[in-house]
Amino acid sequence: MSSDHDHHDHDHSKLSETELRVRALETILTEKGYVEPAALDAIIQAYETKIGPHNGARVVAKAWTDPAFRKALLEDGSKAIGTLGHVSRVGDHLVVVENTPQRHNMVVCTLCSCYPWEMLGLPPVWYKAAPYRSRAVKDPRGVLADFGVTVPKDTEIRVWDSTAETRFLVLPMRPEGTEGWSEEQLAELVTRDSMIGTGFPKKPGAPS
Amino acid sequence: MNGVHDMGGMDGFGKVEPELNEPMFHADWEARVLAMVRAMGAAGAFNIDTSRFYRETLPPHVYLSSSYYKKWFLGLEEMLIEKGYLGREDVAAGHAVQPAKALKHGKFDLDDVERVMVRGKFARPAPAPAKFKIGDRVRAKNIHPATHTRLPRYVRGHVGVVELNHGCHVFPDSAAMELGENPQWLYTVVFEGRDLWGADGDPTSKVSIDAFEPYLDPA
Repeated sequence: MSSDHDHHDHDHSKLSETELRVRALETILTEKGYVEPAALDAIIQAYETKIGPHNGARVVAKAWTDPAFRKALLEDGSKAIGTLGHVSRVGDHLVVVENTPQRHNMVVCTLCSCYPWEMLGLPPVWYKAAPYRSRAVKDPRGVLADFGVTVPKDTEIRVWDSTAETRFLVLPMRPEGTEGWSEEQLAELVTRDSMIGTGFPKKPGAPS
Repeated sequence: MNGVHDMGGMDGFGKVEPELNEPMFHADWEARVLAMVRAMGAAGAFNIDTSRFYRETLPPHVYLSSSYYKKWFLGLEEMLIEKGYLGREDVAAGHAVQPAKALKHGKFDLDDVERVMVRGKFARPAPAPAKFKIGDRVRAKNIHPATHTRLPRYVRGHVGVVELNHGCHVFPDSAAMELGENPQWLYTVVFEGRDLWGADGDPTSKVSIDAFEPYLDPA
């Protein structure tokens, strides 16, 4: 491909080589009749609106308030979440792992970027990047320190490497001082990172 | 394959740097790449394991220096060329100049969008009884296939314990090479941190992988 400097067309002068190549590929796939560009727009819109950590937060908050749901969730995550009509369809193979005073769970995909999209949205860049993928399994406490997170010395750290089509969601511990809170209030405390295991839920009254 | 994608346990990549208020996409083209990969996969041009394999086979320096969606783009383009859906002449021209190849599930249009937003099902009927049960000690095989595998290097040769049985799933090592689904039992196998990383390893850490039965021997 010629260098970007050869492009004097106004529209293209600001586009990177990657942007030009991506545009060209979409043009080709469209011209060949493989994809409808409006369908690509719709996929993007669906990712931008339907999935995200709000789904996971609702599940965690319900588990904190409903012992029967919590039990069902830990036994079969996909099945239990399937009973909640308002949560994006999670599909099969979701495993929910519970943090306790004895054990802190953390999820990684060392080989690529496997992540529970329906529950948490698309993964952040750090989750897909080399520092996290390389160190999470060897030095989990060091990685947690990068997030400003400290887990007590005698707590077991369990790292789940997502090497198959199973997906893992961490059920964090319910923050103290939230007795009597509604599911909606509790869901506000549940952060994305607390469901990956690289953070804790917000504390009541802490700035959001 | 023993590629740079198999990063577990490597040193030297530095600190994890979370980005505050990270946007879903950092540029519009990233979203287009994601959508094209999802659409072409759903149309039947490739399966998820093949798409992973094409990203893994990017030259190591390209893999390490490319952003996430750049890797997706490069893998997608190469895979579509090798599978015959795209010609190098098309790419050079920036337009379709060669005839199209029929897609297994036809053109991807608006009616197909709902389908890609639901996770696929990977469980399959079991062709044989499970060899291992929960609590069994197993050794990850010391294997080094040059093709796609989901057995990370850092566990090979090490002994762990079967903790969960997920049933039979599509076997990525076969599916990636388009050799069929070849369903295999899938287990969560947990290893002690010190068994994996030696005496310097964190004694409070345990690491699990999800391992297909052909990756495991009794221990």
